Amino acid sequence: MNASDKTETPAISIEGVSYNYGARKALDDVSFKVWPGAFTALLGANGAGKSTLLSLITRLFDTGVGKISIDGKSFKEDGAKALGPLGVVFQQTTLDLDLSVRQNLKYFSRLRGMSSKFANQRIDETLSSLEMLERIDERVRDLNGGHRRRVEIARAMLHKPKLLLLDEPTVGLDIHTRGVIVDHIHKLAKEENIAVLWTTHLMDEIWDEDNLIVLDKGRIIEDGSVKDVLGRVGAPDITSAFESLIHGEEERLR
Amino acid sequence: MMNIHMGRALYGILYREFLRFFQQRARFLSALVRPLIWLLVFSAGWRQTQGLAPYPPYATYIPYEIYMIPGLCAMIQLFNGMQSSLSMIYDREMGSMRVLLTTPLPRWFILASRLLAGVAVSLLQVYAFLGIAFLFTYFEVLDLDIPLIGYLTVLPALIISGFMLGALGMALSSTIKQLENFAGVMNFVIFPMFFISSALFPLWRIKDLSYTFYQFCLYNPFTYAVELIRFALHGQFYLNGAIVVGLTALISLGLAIYAYDPARGIQAKSGKPG
Repeated sequence: MNASDKTETPAISIEGVSYNYGARKALDDVSFKVWPGAFTALLGANGAGKSTLLSLITRLFDTGVGKISIDGKSFKEDGAKALGPLGVVFQQTTLDLDLSVRQNLKYFSRLRGMSSKFANQRIDETLSSLEMLERIDERVRDLNGGHRRRVEIARAMLHKPKLLLLDEPTVGLDIHTRGVIVDHIHKLAKEENIAVLWTTHLMDEIWDEDNLIVLDKGRIIEDGSVKDVLGRVGAPDITSAFESLIHGEEERLR
Repeated sequence: MMNIHMGRALYGILYREFLRFFQQRARFLSALVRPLIWLLVFSAGWRQTQGLAPYPPYATYIPYEIYMIPGLCAMIQLFNGMQSSLSMIYDREMGSMRVLLTTPLPRWFILASRLLAGVAVSLLQVYAFLGIAFLFTYFEVLDLDIPLIGYLTVLPALIISGFMLGALGMALSSTIKQLENFAGVMNFVIFPMFFISSALFPLWRIKDLSYTFYQFCLYNPFTYAVELIRFALHGQFYLNGAIVVGLTALISLGLAIYAYDPARGIQAKSGKPG
């Protein structure tokens, strides 16, 4: 389905967003949309502006240039309320290591304003779906990296978000765990109609039916379905397409 | 709906602060041991020479250990405020601050809730210390003689001073980029604030010794927190103290809210996400 066919509200809409660190331009007129049910991979080399973009989407940073809306609510008009439909898994572990899995999730559910009954039900559901329910009373410090990541995904899903943002969530994980997490998130997007924005360096995490956004030096240089992007670039796979796009952009800028 | 959400979020922040506090038993123990050592060792050494003639709020001559009690209560809160600051830097480094800052609640509310949680923990510590002080008096280890009503009237003073010291710590935490730099806070904030104040010696005695030092004490908001607690422990209200402590708390909280603002604050200017 083309973006022009969409009648529903995009899970996230970025319109003309720019951001500077002093004189250095980190993002330059960035615009894209992510739709419910779609798994969108955000690709970019180190320093491309991914972290800045994610900091803006999560409102850790703010910019006066451009507009960011989550499920139709923009930070400019609705302030922090716009973060309501957002679930985030940061690259760095953000769990409290000295608390148990249950305590971490309870804490988050209260921050999200969930009732105790609903929170308990969702904690059971999300941990079960990630096969982590039996670890619920263990301290996070005692869990391995893969299990911590699963708890973070369960936490991000606790309040039934419409947009799930994951910043290189498989970094440092073994191949099996990576596979489990990539499969789980793809399944979530499809079955629960959640929009997923997934940043990665690992091309094998992107499936043929996914969408792709390529960010380079603060600018979007490609945005579309994987098939469309491969067709436009004329590359056999995503790795070749990415290389070709980045080098093509370097040539263009020379 | 927003009010319910805010109430639950505040409960969540308090819940986590207390869970962490009770898990860190060493923190609770050191919060008690530090003032008790001062009370038992320091005051024992000074009581022979530092007995104090009557001056407000004391109606009669008092032994030195009674003089020290308000300063030690404020010291507990000072250390707790800085501990909260340390914990905010730790949370920032460990990433859990991001979870807090990405909740759909106004930034001022998140910071004020965090501050309130810190104040609640400091109250627990101060009352534990006052409880031990009460037992010392009861078993005649020391003659601290705090009026019973004082345990109640000191509560509002402790809340305001806890807010001030917590907000100061919060404002400071926004300027410290790494956990390692926290040692500087010890050297440049905690020790000067405590020693250049009326916590250990009354202002009139400091004035006699050095007028310059006395002036420094007068410009130190911690002096006013100590005096506010001192008057409140004896069932009296110290208006100047309440004004200075209240205003310092508000200014510090304002600075912290500014510093943590995603658009304008120090965090955004640091060029480092989150």
